Amino acid sequence: MALRERKTRVGAIPESGMADIAFLLLIFFLVTTTIDTDKGIGIILPAEGQEIEINKKNILNLLISSSGNVLLGGEAIAINQIDDRVKEEIRKNDKLIISVKAHEKAQYDVYIAVLDQLKKAKATRISIAETE
Amino acid sequence: MKFKRKSKIESKIATSSMPDIIFMLLIFFMVTTVLREYSGLQISLPKAERIEKLKSKRHTAHIWVSKDGLISVEDKLFKSDAIRHVMYEKRASDPQLTVSLKADLAVRMEVISSIHNELRKADALRLNYSTKVKAPTQ
Repeated sequence: MALRERKTRVGAIPESGMADIAFLLLIFFLVTTTIDTDKGIGIILPAEGQEIEINKKNILNLLISSSGNVLLGGEAIAINQIDDRVKEEIRKNDKLIISVKAHEKAQYDVYIAVLDQLKKAKATRISIAETE
Repeated sequence: MKFKRKSKIESKIATSSMPDIIFMLLIFFMVTTVLREYSGLQISLPKAERIEKLKSKRHTAHIWVSKDGLISVEDKLFKSDAIRHVMYEKRASDPQLTVSLKADLAVRMEVISSIHNELRKADALRLNYSTKVKAPTQ
């Protein structure tokens, strides 16, 4: 009897564990792939030669100096207050275009902080002027 | 005896094709994940709160700008007035192109401005300033 049993065991490859192995591989790949989606502040640049004349009333100048100070409409302002001020200005005049002008030695992170504030104020009309 | 046999057949779920299904899933995921194509330059990105995700990696071109003003596209260094040719080609082959600008936070604005001008000349107008996420203050 003992011999007979041994004979029947031969010839079968256990494939029940195969699914587990494949699952394990699948989960391993799912966990190890880091999907680093690009995130950032999106803007659309004006096309070349598309300069339009705008009424001066509708322009709010925002200047960034080389030392990182910000002037909004001629007055110095702290970066974290731009949000509220611009929101207010837009409420007064919904055609307002904010013209951001940075000094050529100004730092990029100040510029990003300013754009972030403008996005917070839901300003959609942002114009990026060339550096001076 | 008859009843017993019937119950034996019905209680089995076919698991032999299970590995095939899962391997298919595995291969599907391996094929669809886009790996990072270029290593770029060493930069530390600025942080912002109001950020948006870029829709598709396939329609994105990256420009790296390092602290010292080096500009890299596809792991090749470019002068600031030569980007337009590369970007123009990219833009021509993919009208949905968005340019992701990965610039170091200490870059001077003159470099950024010259890239703006180059992109405008190349007609690649959709730009995204790549940033890290900052926890909202409000």
